Amino acid sequence: MHRVAIVGGGTGGTVLANRLADELRSEIEAGEVDVRLITADENHVYKPTFLYVPFGKKTVDDAKRPIEELVDRRVTLTIDEVTDVDTERKRLSLAERATELSYDHLVLATGATLEPEAVPGLAEGGHHFYGPDGAEALRDELAAFTEGHLVLSVVGVPHMCPAAPVEFVLMVDDWLRERGLREDVELTYTYPINRAHGLESIADWASDLFEDRDVNLETFFNVDEVDPDAEVVETVEGKELEYDLLVAIPPHRGSDLVTAAGLGEDGWVDVDRHTLEATGAEDVYAIGDTADVPTSKAGSVAHYEAGVVADRIASRVRGTVPTATYDGKTVCFLEAGMDEATFVEFEYGKEPYVREPSKPLHWAKLGYNESYWLTARGLL
Amino acid sequence: MSDAISPDVTIDSRGATCPGPLMDLIGKVKTLEPGTVVELQTTARNSTTDVPEWLEEAGHDLLEIEELDDEWRIYLEVN
Ligand SMILES: Cc1cc2nc3c(=O)[nH]c(=O)nc-3n(C[C@H](O)[C@H](O)[C@H](O)COP(=O)(O)OP(=O)(O)OC[C@H]3O[C@@H](n4cnc5c(N)ncnc54)[C@H](O)[C@@H]3O)c2cc1C
Repeated sequence: MHRVAIVGGGTGGTVLANRLADELRSEIEAGEVDVRLITADENHVYKPTFLYVPFGKKTVDDAKRPIEELVDRRVTLTIDEVTDVDTERKRLSLAERATELSYDHLVLATGATLEPEAVPGLAEGGHHFYGPDGAEALRDELAAFTEGHLVLSVVGVPHMCPAAPVEFVLMVDDWLRERGLREDVELTYTYPINRAHGLESIADWASDLFEDRDVNLETFFNVDEVDPDAEVVETVEGKELEYDLLVAIPPHRGSDLVTAAGLGEDGWVDVDRHTLEATGAEDVYAIGDTADVPTSKAGSVAHYEAGVVADRIASRVRGTVPTATYDGKTVCFLEAGMDEATFVEFEYGKEPYVREPSKPLHWAKLGYNESYWLTARGLL
Repeated sequence: MSDAISPDVTIDSRGATCPGPLMDLIGKVKTLEPGTVVELQTTARNSTTDVPEWLEEAGHDLLEIEELDDEWRIYLEVN
């Protein structure tokens, strides 16, 4: 019997569980394999929806569905929090379960956690759209914001979806124009390095658009502290910036489980970037945001990695040599306003080409978001 | 590795795409104590200019840049 335990029912964990259920269908039915998905939340949350919440285009309820509806019936679903991983004894401790769970193959897909408290003053002074509560609070704040300085600051590094901060700025610019308020609002975007984005081609594309749309760009801007009373952001580089509405991408961290299990620092799992096997233990893999690989923390990455790990585990179960590898494939749609988008695709070591934004690509992004529920089921 | 410098922390950003070696470095440096010596491994040539420029802005010390075949090791000390 091969017991496969997957921790985390987000994009990566759900796609993986469904892929394995399909690929190992006959082995599961013959009782030779058990695929178990353990996840803390009874809802599956599709985070890209949160980008649209501040503009009133989506609600936080649109982002979630019961996980039970999304996983194949061949998967054993356990709604519980994993509190300890023992890679020596190959056992997991769960919050609500008295006995430990043994595994033969373990996949960690625990995602990323937001940690605004890591920067003094940020939780009090800043807003964000990276989680349900933040996105709703920002929606209310934006609805009442009619004039002043709106600053979008990328504070946390690394963070989920490196495209989302640029998208937010281009969307808010368009949204304010539509509402006749743009002339009364100054817009500034800040980024930690010497250009607007980690990838040069996206940085060039975004900088040109920022110039066309009168968005100020501040680079080498690493926030050290926020003074919520004075409404000022201070940086490591010694700069100060006043704001009236601060939208910040908060610091992220991985899971304490990972650090406690000795699988990696800061809660991200150290893995081989091609096999996604943990470097610190046998028979442990990581996918999605928690896997420390040199590409974006994005749903598309979690999805492609899930496919690779499904193939590798299926090979192990069948006693063949695993050959599937992850080449860093990343795909992102980028909104360029409220009704236009572009699309990039790249892999390890490659720069993407940024296409001219268009309306069809905007509809493709919205269409993808709707069909995501089929992706999670492993159908796309 | 350089003979003279023994890093406390090594960041492997070889082949890094999005968001890139400098972002990897900044994310890590924020969590480190002053005095920590860091080795950044990179295959992106522009790291050899981007990284020193940021170190200068942020007030950290560049110790050495070592060139290997198609990759670079940048050593720095956190202040
Ligand atoms: C605003 C925003 C916009 C985005 N837009 C895009 C986009 O356009 N395109 C794109 O590709 N990506 C986008 N992303 C990124 C994408 O949402 C994430 O990269 C993706 O969700 C990562 O999947 P994951 O499976 O690693 O983690 P998640 O989807 O976060 O799932 C992690 C799961 O693990 C569970 N869990 C955690 N710890 C435990 C534990 N100890 N025990 C049990 N369960 C646990 C959680 O409950 C959760 O269900 C966006 C993100 C945000 C915030």
